[in-house]
Amino acid sequence: MSAGAVPGTAEAEPAPRVPSPWPARLRATWMALIVPLTLLAFWHFAVKWGWMQLIPSPYDVGEYMIDFAVGGIWDDAFSATLHIHLLASMSRVYGGFALAAIVAVPLGILIGRNEMVRALLDPFLQLMRPVPVTAWLPLSMILFGLGARSAFFLVFLGAFYPILLNTIFGVRSVEKRLFEAASMLGCSETAQFFKVVLPASLPSIFTGLRLGLGLAWFVIVVGEMTGVPQGLGAVIMDGRTLSRTELVICGMIVIGVAGFISDRIVVMVMNRLLRWSPSHHG
Amino acid sequence: MAELPILDVRGVGKIYELNGQKIEALRGADLVVRKGELVCLIGASGCGKSTLLRIVAGFEKPTSGQALMWDKPITGPAPDRGMVFQDYGLFPWLTVRQNIGFGPSSRGLPKAEVRDTVERFVTMVGLTRFADAYPHQLSGGMKQRVAIARVLANDAEMVLMDEPFGALDAMTRERLQDELLEIWQRTKLTVLFVTHSIEEAIFLADRVVVMEPGPGRIASEHRIDLPRPRDVASPEFNEVRREMSARLHSHHARKAA
Ligand SMILES: Nc1ncnc2c1ncn2[C@@H]1O[C@H](COP(=O)(O)OP(=O)(O)OP(=O)(O)O)[C@@H](O)[C@H]1O
Ligand SMILES: [Mg+2]
Repeated sequence: MSAGAVPGTAEAEPAPRVPSPWPARLRATWMALIVPLTLLAFWHFAVKWGWMQLIPSPYDVGEYMIDFAVGGIWDDAFSATLHIHLLASMSRVYGGFALAAIVAVPLGILIGRNEMVRALLDPFLQLMRPVPVTAWLPLSMILFGLGARSAFFLVFLGAFYPILLNTIFGVRSVEKRLFEAASMLGCSETAQFFKVVLPASLPSIFTGLRLGLGLAWFVIVVGEMTGVPQGLGAVIMDGRTLSRTELVICGMIVIGVAGFISDRIVVMVMNRLLRWSPSHHG
Repeated sequence: MAELPILDVRGVGKIYELNGQKIEALRGADLVVRKGELVCLIGASGCGKSTLLRIVAGFEKPTSGQALMWDKPITGPAPDRGMVFQDYGLFPWLTVRQNIGFGPSSRGLPKAEVRDTVERFVTMVGLTRFADAYPHQLSGGMKQRVAIARVLANDAEMVLMDEPFGALDAMTRERLQDELLEIWQRTKLTVLFVTHSIEEAIFLADRVVVMEPGPGRIASEHRIDLPRPRDVASPEFNEVRREMSARLHSHHARKAA
């Protein structure tokens, strides 16, 4: 074939990505439900036949969840308060996460790109890293007092490291070849920051954001056990103190669902922005 | 007065330092390339072909001697010398169109002009149907077409190719060789082409430069006077191939002795 002839006559087309047909989706949903439904059934019968005395039945928990969400069954201090606690926790999770991302992404890029900043900050940050977030709890209570600010700080700290480390990794592992290609095409070194470094490290940055957000939901419970009146962590602690196991389980379920949904959102944004990456389309 | 060559490599040497050890990759290389020539570099692995090409591209600085383009020392990479890498070096986050437009838009050309240039070169390399595909959706041959279009769209005067078809299957390789020759004849490009294949060198080149390892240096030059289009199955072609083969193997024999 000579150049300029009929385009791509004999070349294979890229595999077309047909959206999965309904039966396949339905099947996937069923497969995903088998294990949880089995566990639920086990839980149900274990309570019914008295193998587990102190645990409420799934039905009780479900009933309590309805009351927790909209009220009208028990009408106690926790009735129809779900949205308040959820909003309180969400604002801390997303606030702390956003702050962590705003600090960690630029800092990671700087550490990854600049020798001097790396020499200055990397040893310190690596030294602080092994200290678990939970170990910061007492100190953060002293620094920020009992309450929301302390929880916010812990969430920030929990999300900070995964974002920072993955950003550094992404920036440092940009293929050298791509810088060569950019410079022989006339792209200046400053312009390469936006045209090469940033897009090339985006997959790693997203991995960090995803891990960071997961950890933020993880840390929030610990953070809210420090005497905040509202929040899902507080609900779980109160449930324990009051021996209201239904409440404890409800809190756990809400955290699980909220964390799952926020992870799905990040994954959706990621798949959209990283369409070009063979390991991210979906 | 002799015409000014586009490329003049004068006594270029390159010593790499690797873990405190010095590796002499290239010694005293002299090479003159005239505008519009297609020159192939051939030689055993490790004889400094890539090193020489990367010095001309401006990615490496010579330890001794100098490389001149239009009589001016080469100081770094620039759009007038486009490189085509064996591993393509495409930007995975850009589509075919955007990859081809990378150079022109980086140089700040007006949007409309960039768009026209991109369309012209997408068509030239026959990728219209894949213009909006990402590199991972392309075959190796298509990726290499994008890489070639990318440097052509950027007005490169000299194209440096380091075993560009080395990773492709035989049929795709032959097709791309034909396409390269067609583009080269039409555009009066200057091409410096590294290959491991004697046949490829003789099929493409005006001149074949044979290099030798230990330390890497230029051993001999051979003008290929076969008329184009060349037929690799013809007796004349085979004659030249046999000579070149003997020549290359005598280098090896001498080295082994
Ligand atoms: N960045 C580098 N650092 C240290 N040594 C290097 C570097 N690049 C090349 N060399 C050495 O220089 C010598 C010549 O390498 P070069 O890549 O130019 O050879 P080549 O002719 O292109 O080989 P091949 O045909 O295998 O591609 C080799 O001994 C190689 O190990
Ligand atoms: Mg090489």
